[in-house]
Amino acid sequence: MNSLNPYGAWTLFLRETRRFLKVHMQTVVAPALTALLYVLIFRYAMGSRTVPGLGVDYLTFLIPGLVMMAMLQNAFANTSSSIIVGKVMNVHIYLLMAPLSAMEIILALVASAVVRAFIVAAAILAALWAFVDIPLSSISLVMLYGLCGSMLMAGLGIIAGIWAEKFDDIALISNFVIMPLTFLSGVFYSVAQLPPFWQQVNRYNPFFYLIDGFRHGFVGVGDTDPYASIDLVAGATGLCMLACWLLWRMGWRMKP
Amino acid sequence: MNEAALQVLGLRKVYANGKTALAGVDLQVAQGAFHALLGPNGAGKSTLINILADTVRPTSGLAKMLGRDVFRERSWCKRHLGVVPQEVAFDPFFSPVEILRITSGLFGCRPDESWIRELLERLGLAEHAYKNTRQLSGGMRRRLLVAQALVHRPALVVLDEPTAGVDVELRRSLWSFMRELNRSGTTILLTTHYLEEAEQLCDHVTIIDGGQVVADRSMRELMEVVAGRYLFLGYGDAFELSEADARALSAFRPRVMSGGVCLHLGGQGGEDLGFHRVYEAAVSRLGIPRKVEIRQEDLEDVFIRLTGHARKEKSTS
Repeated sequence: MNSLNPYGAWTLFLRETRRFLKVHMQTVVAPALTALLYVLIFRYAMGSRTVPGLGVDYLTFLIPGLVMMAMLQNAFANTSSSIIVGKVMNVHIYLLMAPLSAMEIILALVASAVVRAFIVAAAILAALWAFVDIPLSSISLVMLYGLCGSMLMAGLGIIAGIWAEKFDDIALISNFVIMPLTFLSGVFYSVAQLPPFWQQVNRYNPFFYLIDGFRHGFVGVGDTDPYASIDLVAGATGLCMLACWLLWRMGWRMKP
Repeated sequence: MNEAALQVLGLRKVYANGKTALAGVDLQVAQGAFHALLGPNGAGKSTLINILADTVRPTSGLAKMLGRDVFRERSWCKRHLGVVPQEVAFDPFFSPVEILRITSGLFGCRPDESWIRELLERLGLAEHAYKNTRQLSGGMRRRLLVAQALVHRPALVVLDEPTAGVDVELRRSLWSFMRELNRSGTTILLTTHYLEEAEQLCDHVTIIDGGQVVADRSMRELMEVVAGRYLFLGYGDAFELSEADARALSAFRPRVMSGGVCLHLGGQGGEDLGFHRVYEAAVSRLGIPRKVEIRQEDLEDVFIRLTGHARKEKSTS
């Protein structure tokens, strides 16, 4: 039997967390500033319009989406960059050499990415509090979707990091997969505003459910029933964790 | 009988590109040994070490540490193993002290600050403890790697070329530290290019070449049985060995060298011929020499003879 190493996993979690906190300007402050800029721009561009079909003020609608988008992107960035930096600099061997099981490593990496996502979310909300009134309809929906979303993206980040061989590979996935999917998932608009074809396409975008459910937790309305899609979201997160665990155990692309 | 600290059986590694790095290696490292693993570049030493460290997957074979299956009980074995990898690399976010604390934690031990301080001092890193690792010189980084491998007090320490790029003085202090650890019970497996160091430090030698073991003996045995011993007799520059003399002395494999003749005394797996027998036979044919020397192959000579490494290098250059 393999012996458990909870203290080792805890240390890895702390290492990962301290790593992003050491460069907090880039990992926490910058995303908050970006979100703030979006809000300022849309405030002047859109005025005080309401979102058709939902009857919610546009900025109130926009902010939870921006927060979730930042959470998703930061969770992905945290795990993927940690692994690819390790591989490129050849320091990933220390992780492979440590007496940690694949499960312990995945848990620690994901936990740290989730913490980063929530810190970024808190930073954005704190920055916007002064400008906009932000309602909170259901804290448990917010937490549940926030948690599932950041876990899912942390897992995808791990898979991307394992697969990638250089920084470019990660940039490729970030810019051509993650960015479009998050931008086109109803952060800036309600899906009801789209032509029927694109509405249908959006049904297959996992980020759509994440962002809609998360927003529902704030504004109390949305395009989907967040309680119905939680199974889907939790299932996808679970599958992604399972894939990470299997890939790490196999040593795919990590151990020659 | 005591369990071996490390036992490797029929270990094979074929990389994805089809290159065979290990072609069935057997290796046994006794508990408390200071064991040298030698071989020319590309012999498979690092592959063997990396498989033990779990950074390379084995193709087939068995490995046991202190009686436990390395591939089945990874976590247990890793906790008792400290590996100094050949390539030097550090997380640029942390200082030496932080790196040692983190490594200790990853191995499941709460950082032992007095041990960390001792390691830094013994390895000459105390004044650099809080610097960024990027500010450290190559030799310092390599010593930090050693500290990192020792921070969880492993029972078996594997050093892959720990002294490459480390200057003479620090090398000496590193070795005295390793000796001390070894005396207090730590088993050490070492690969190095400095063969005279291996000869002084190690009590057992395994030489591998082309992914296979070509010699595996205690250092004493290797130097007594495998290393050749020769008698050199000097007769001046004009010396020539006549055909009749050569035939008469053929049992001693005479070789003419500058100003004299070299005769085989023993070693290289053959029986010991004895100084007197060889000397008297030579004197009766060639007369009293002006100069008498006994020459002994050192580990480097044996290494070159067994692996044919120096010759190979010459023929390719």
